[in-house]
Amino acid sequence: MKEYWNPWIERMPVSELEKIQEKKLIDLVNYVYRHSDFYKKRFDEAGVKPGDIKSLEDLQKLPFTYKRDLRDTYPTGMFCVPNEQLVRFHVSSGTTGKPTVVGYTQNDIDVWTTSLARAMTSIGVGRGDIVQVGYGYGLFTGGLGAHYGAEEVGATVLPVSSGNTERQIELMQDLGSTVIACTPSYFLFMNEVANTTGISIKGETQLRVGIFGAEPWTEEMRRRIEEFTGIKAYDIYGTSELSGPLFTECMYQDGIHIWADQFLIEVIDPVTGEQLSDGERGELVITTLAKEALPLIRYRIGDITVINRGECKCGRTHPRIMRVLGRVDDMLIIRGINVFPGQIESVLMKIPQVGEHFMIVVDRINELDVMKVQIEMTDEAFSDKVNDIMALESKVSSSLKHVLNIAVKVELVEKGSLPRSMGKAKRVIDNRNL
Amino acid sequence: MEDKIIKQISMFAENKPGRLANIASNFRKSGINIRAFTIAEAGDFGIIRMVVDRPDDAHEVLHNAGFTVSETNVLGIEMEDVPGGLGKIADVLGERNINIDYAYAFVTKTEKALLILRVNDIEGAILVLQGAGIKLIDMADIQQI
Repeated sequence: MKEYWNPWIERMPVSELEKIQEKKLIDLVNYVYRHSDFYKKRFDEAGVKPGDIKSLEDLQKLPFTYKRDLRDTYPTGMFCVPNEQLVRFHVSSGTTGKPTVVGYTQNDIDVWTTSLARAMTSIGVGRGDIVQVGYGYGLFTGGLGAHYGAEEVGATVLPVSSGNTERQIELMQDLGSTVIACTPSYFLFMNEVANTTGISIKGETQLRVGIFGAEPWTEEMRRRIEEFTGIKAYDIYGTSELSGPLFTECMYQDGIHIWADQFLIEVIDPVTGEQLSDGERGELVITTLAKEALPLIRYRIGDITVINRGECKCGRTHPRIMRVLGRVDDMLIIRGINVFPGQIESVLMKIPQVGEHFMIVVDRINELDVMKVQIEMTDEAFSDKVNDIMALESKVSSSLKHVLNIAVKVELVEKGSLPRSMGKAKRVIDNRNL
Repeated sequence: MEDKIIKQISMFAENKPGRLANIASNFRKSGINIRAFTIAEAGDFGIIRMVVDRPDDAHEVLHNAGFTVSETNVLGIEMEDVPGGLGKIADVLGERNINIDYAYAFVTKTEKALLILRVNDIEGAILVLQGAGIKLIDMADIQQI
């Protein structure tokens, strides 16, 4: 089994990586200024010329780009190449607004595939593995991204796509899938369905690795998945605007490696836009250094994280982002206090009597925000004494209050009654008309 | 002593329309008869407690239908139809410091009053109740009433 996909680049000293980044950044600003009316206008408005960018420190002079820029220039107004150079489109789901279109040259597809090949190698996935891809295929980037990455490292791909859960489990058993790639919530659902049909993923399948992403999930959820199913669960990161899923943690599960020769990352204060020091929590901003069709300059991806530039135990020198706590868009403001769904998941998963499914419901009653968390009663936690159930509700409620600093009503609901997801889980119902 | 323990079916149910109908239809399909039934309600949820003629089958049927359900050990006491009957039971248990978690009563076809009790020390309760001459019923009795 290979230790590194490309040992030379993955273990390159940071100073040399930064030289590569600097050269690519300078080339990039010249390229976008020449090839895109959008970027020319954006630079001109900000009073920046490509010639002003001479080093990595000058990055801060460049204006940000936003998801809304992709929407405003729908479908292809930000592209830097004519359509005949594109080999593929993907289109985002548009759950938070108008859909966005991304395009790829052959080189863009190759860079994307290489990024995932490095990532999969770093978690020991390669030749001899059977990778069951349970991300959706089609306009969504998850399915095809994982597919190409797995083929590149020499694994055998089982392209099931999402859904058809009984079939997923049957094929997992019959073909001996060793790796599953899907959303963490879908894998939990698969495990639930397997259990109800009397199949143990731990004992009766060959599964050993899960590559989970496309939605925020917590360390506590990882521990549960690993305990229930006996696999190693790894976080995968990326969005369609950047190409798709691109980066994972390595074997040490201590942050997601962002390939510095392909992407330049910074963390900023989401309000002021100022760069923050390494180790400070803020909004991740990404500049694509190797994309041709749709390069992004200082793209406000909207995820909250921390950068760690220390060398990893795995020997890779590329910076890591620590687990994404949540998206700026997902943040709820309850009576003036910021709450991320991930904080709630983290509290709930520490309480053994609470199952894996929950729903956050926010209402405004008499001008006051009221947050309710619904959790499912489990067979293990059930007692037929009313007091015991009330005690569980108040235990969960006080744990949440301790972390969030706001009162939370906890409501136990019947098992199986909260919606299950085969893609990105929906964890929040906000009934306020904000 | 074991034979004096009655297996009660307890289940968690949200307080919303259609829950009872769902239970009833599952029992009808499986030919299970309910002998006694009560709901302890607490706002958004309730706990349904039932004594049925075939508790193990009932448990399986409800579990397979997706309910959170358990079998709970309770006592069934045949009440004397005289003033002070309930007081005597409470006194006997109280003297031994045995706590009643909950209780409910029902009347059989043969016009006997039966009391179902969950206590914190079921074996202790059986000893003291039998010692005081109080008649406990068993699963065979439940099937016949």
